[in-house]
Amino acid sequence: MNSALNSGAPAPFIKRLSWVDWGYALALLVGALFAFSRYGAYMDIYEQGFLLGAVIGFGWLGWFWKSMRLLLAGIALLCLFGIGQYQGDLARGSQAFFLKFLFSSQSAIMWMNVLFVLATITYWLALFARSDFTGKVATALTWSAVLMGFVGLMVRWYESYLIAPDVGHIPISNLYEVFVLFCLITALIYLYYEGRYATRQLGGFVLLVVSAAVGFILWYTFDRQASGIQPLVPALQSYWMKIHVPANFIGYGAFALAAAVGGAYLLADRGVLASRLPAPDVLDDLMYKAISVGFAFFTIATILGAMWAAEAWGGYWSWDPKETWALIVWLNYAAWLHLRMVKGLRGPLLAWWALIGLLVTSFAFLGVNMFLSGLHSYGKL
Amino acid sequence: MRFAVSLLTVLGIASIIGTVLKQNEPYANYVVQFGQFWFALFEAIGLYDVYHAAWFLLILVFLVLSTSLCIYRNTPGMLRELRSFREHATENSLRAFSHQFEYSTELQGRELLVRLQQFLAGRGFRFRFVERHDGSVLLAAKSGTYQRLGYIFTHAAIVIICVGGLLDGNVPFKVQELLGVKTVETRDIPQSGVPPQSRLSVANLSFRGNMTLPEGARGDVAFVRMRDGYLVQELPFTVALEDFRIEHYATGQPKSFESDVVILDKELKAPLRATVKVNHPLIYKGIAIYQSDFQDGGSELTFNAWPLLGAAGRPEQVRGRVFDTVKVSEGPQALNIEFDDFRLFNVLTLEEGPGAKPHNAGPSVTFRVRDAQGQAREYLNYMQPMTLDDHAYFVSGMREAQNQDFRYLRIPADKDNSIADYMRLRSVLFDAALAPEIAHRLAAKTLRGESAEDNLRKRFEESVVRLLTAFASGGYGEIAKVIEKSVPEQEREKAAQTYIKIVGNAAYEALALSRERAGQTVPQPDDATLQFLHGSLNSMSDLFFYGTPFYLQLTDFKQHQASGFQLTRSPGKNLVYGGSVLLVLGIFAMIYLRERRIWLLVKPQDQQVLFAMSANRKNRDLDIEFAGCREQLRHVLQGESS
Repeated sequence: MNSALNSGAPAPFIKRLSWVDWGYALALLVGALFAFSRYGAYMDIYEQGFLLGAVIGFGWLGWFWKSMRLLLAGIALLCLFGIGQYQGDLARGSQAFFLKFLFSSQSAIMWMNVLFVLATITYWLALFARSDFTGKVATALTWSAVLMGFVGLMVRWYESYLIAPDVGHIPISNLYEVFVLFCLITALIYLYYEGRYATRQLGGFVLLVVSAAVGFILWYTFDRQASGIQPLVPALQSYWMKIHVPANFIGYGAFALAAAVGGAYLLADRGVLASRLPAPDVLDDLMYKAISVGFAFFTIATILGAMWAAEAWGGYWSWDPKETWALIVWLNYAAWLHLRMVKGLRGPLLAWWALIGLLVTSFAFLGVNMFLSGLHSYGKL
Repeated sequence: MRFAVSLLTVLGIASIIGTVLKQNEPYANYVVQFGQFWFALFEAIGLYDVYHAAWFLLILVFLVLSTSLCIYRNTPGMLRELRSFREHATENSLRAFSHQFEYSTELQGRELLVRLQQFLAGRGFRFRFVERHDGSVLLAAKSGTYQRLGYIFTHAAIVIICVGGLLDGNVPFKVQELLGVKTVETRDIPQSGVPPQSRLSVANLSFRGNMTLPEGARGDVAFVRMRDGYLVQELPFTVALEDFRIEHYATGQPKSFESDVVILDKELKAPLRATVKVNHPLIYKGIAIYQSDFQDGGSELTFNAWPLLGAAGRPEQVRGRVFDTVKVSEGPQALNIEFDDFRLFNVLTLEEGPGAKPHNAGPSVTFRVRDAQGQAREYLNYMQPMTLDDHAYFVSGMREAQNQDFRYLRIPADKDNSIADYMRLRSVLFDAALAPEIAHRLAAKTLRGESAEDNLRKRFEESVVRLLTAFASGGYGEIAKVIEKSVPEQEREKAAQTYIKIVGNAAYEALALSRERAGQTVPQPDDATLQFLHGSLNSMSDLFFYGTPFYLQLTDFKQHQASGFQLTRSPGKNLVYGGSVLLVLGIFAMIYLRERRIWLLVKPQDQQVLFAMSANRKNRDLDIEFAGCREQLRHVLQGESS
């Protein structure tokens, strides 16, 4: 009887896990235990908590989204290989073959840049040619870009310790590093929804935003030489940074995705590419999902920021320009969600709003650092 | 609702203004920026401290009230919805649903109901049975109704956070100010002289003040900055600063700021010792002490004051302390030097373009020189020579007003990296009595072959003396004036080149003379010497714009530092944090719980089951889930028994 009843019914989550899932979790745990046994003495209680949290968080992420398992395994292998190539000597970054051309942080991030641009072009080709195969290539390119980007960040983390032990820090401390993070997180969120909704047609739109960020990274690297690793100013030497910044960028990445989808929606609404793009309700739903995720994480990030501010600056809210703009971004998306959830609003207005929301977000992210002065003084242009 | 949204919009715009217009600057800066009229207008509407302006706070209070009202009005309905199974739905109303489907089934009675129950339970729905009088049975089911808690949580959270924020804001002071009990102190007077109406007692619930302590000093009050003045906040204990340290990375950037403090309190058996550093505050008696900044604590400075104009060449020693004023000379020419700041490290990026690396340029001192009329210029002098364009210079910045950039005087360092050669050269070149001697030496060298022609020699010497006198009274600018006066226009450029060359050659003779007089060897006129002379002449020409008749060369110092603390008591903090937790819970509940309801109307007499589904948010997820359920029900309702 049960079999008849359950056909078509979702099975409980835990029963759907395969041995690969368990193996993946075990590998995560073993890796964390190894890190703890080796570096536990240098971690404070919060960092030990983060290590545990990372096992739980990435474990859940891998179970929930299977592709993550492979990505994490790839990142682990490649960055361990890269770190091994260094043999504890920073100078090898420009001498050893594999480091110079592939896995030193600068090279890996450059690969990420190239792959993202290629993926963007390929996604557009796939869209115009209506070619499934080309679309799959584009997806593969995006995954490779994400892989190389994360490898670059991880190796960079290691490199910072090679400069001097007291310089070492997680590479999310300046504009260059967080831009890389932004590209990666935006692409990852997109890839998740691409799998979920089977909509490769949107890749070109989302990756346009990512490519714009890549353009900024290139300009910042070549024109401003901003790619070097700088030691942390005292205010940034805190465990809070490790959670505040990533949470913020999940928010930014999701808002960027929503804006790209909003753009696609508006085009389709005017009949441009309409036959090639997913149905309007899919686009609408995707936009809503992205903004929901972004809003949740942005809220968490802002709260974490307030708690950090209380510890570093003596007040959880100082009306610093960055804080104020975070509030404006928050209010903006709160209003968006409010209109949709409570008033049941749909359609082009929300798409426009999501698109313009990205401008507001970009100003909070970049403009504040460029035009206004305040306590968030990292990464001045 | 509409009103609340309008208020929020105003709040948003006000916040943007607050980020664009720098807040809490000294009021003088705003006057300069906007002019008297706009300054007064902006002051009246509180734009210099938007976030604490009465109207801003009032809007916040209104928002809190309106949100509270919203919660009060909607919560009972929400809770009712949350609990309700909506078991009174009629067949007609179910048929009107956009998501409904009707099945025929051969299953009967108990088995049918058991299957349907298992279907609902398997999908995580809670349900209720209702037997209708017409013999039909309705299974009313719901899932994810806790989503409704999300609304309540988020809105309550906003109220709680705002209340916490208002509690920590300066509302109590605003009220007392309106009642005339308290006023902001704007005079620069010693703390002990501040009258009671500008003092906040120990009992004050929340505050955020600053305290600056020089090493070895102690304090028991904090200063709360307010608009163009301040308030004195009394503390229930005394803070003493034993030591302040700045550590640097190998590259020279600061790595840590740390203060060793001692808390003295009668209630403590022994003084409490602690180290406060950035990101690591000390909390005592509910008051958190944060490392916020640092400044000079009255460093002792020793200078050589080199005369810059006239023939005098010996420096005078000047001693001073940061924050002190030293008077030089008397009468209407009297100048006061006000020492403002001393810095031990200056990490500067001197080169431009690719590969520019910051490095430590060593100690610097900032001071103002004020004349008898009260006019002041600000100076920034570096102790050690800096390498600019491959040559070493003593650098001194000067500006006439705070909002200007510094303009820099570059004094070339000599081969011993000292300023002595330059100063000796300057005193000789600017000495009218020595000009003939220099002219004579130059003539002897230049007019070697034609020594017989006394007339020519005399005229040459005279013109050299004239050039030197002009240079000594106004630099190259003065020579330009001489040219303009005495040379026809078409020959001026050529004359200028000749004159500059002559002055350059004369400067070499002056250098030789100055070194002879100091009992030192005369340098060869090589590239290095010529470069030094070139830089020296440019620099001397700039002296006439430097603004003071002396150059203060820092020769020695004893640094005393002061540490800046921020002291806060914020009882609203826990409310804000609690509200934040509620906010996150609420948002996740709203976004990730989906309220769905299913009705299964079983009509035994017709062998039919009506399936209807709804969600409080109609979207794609509902369509997908409905389709899944419909398929599953088809299997469930198929006849064959297991």
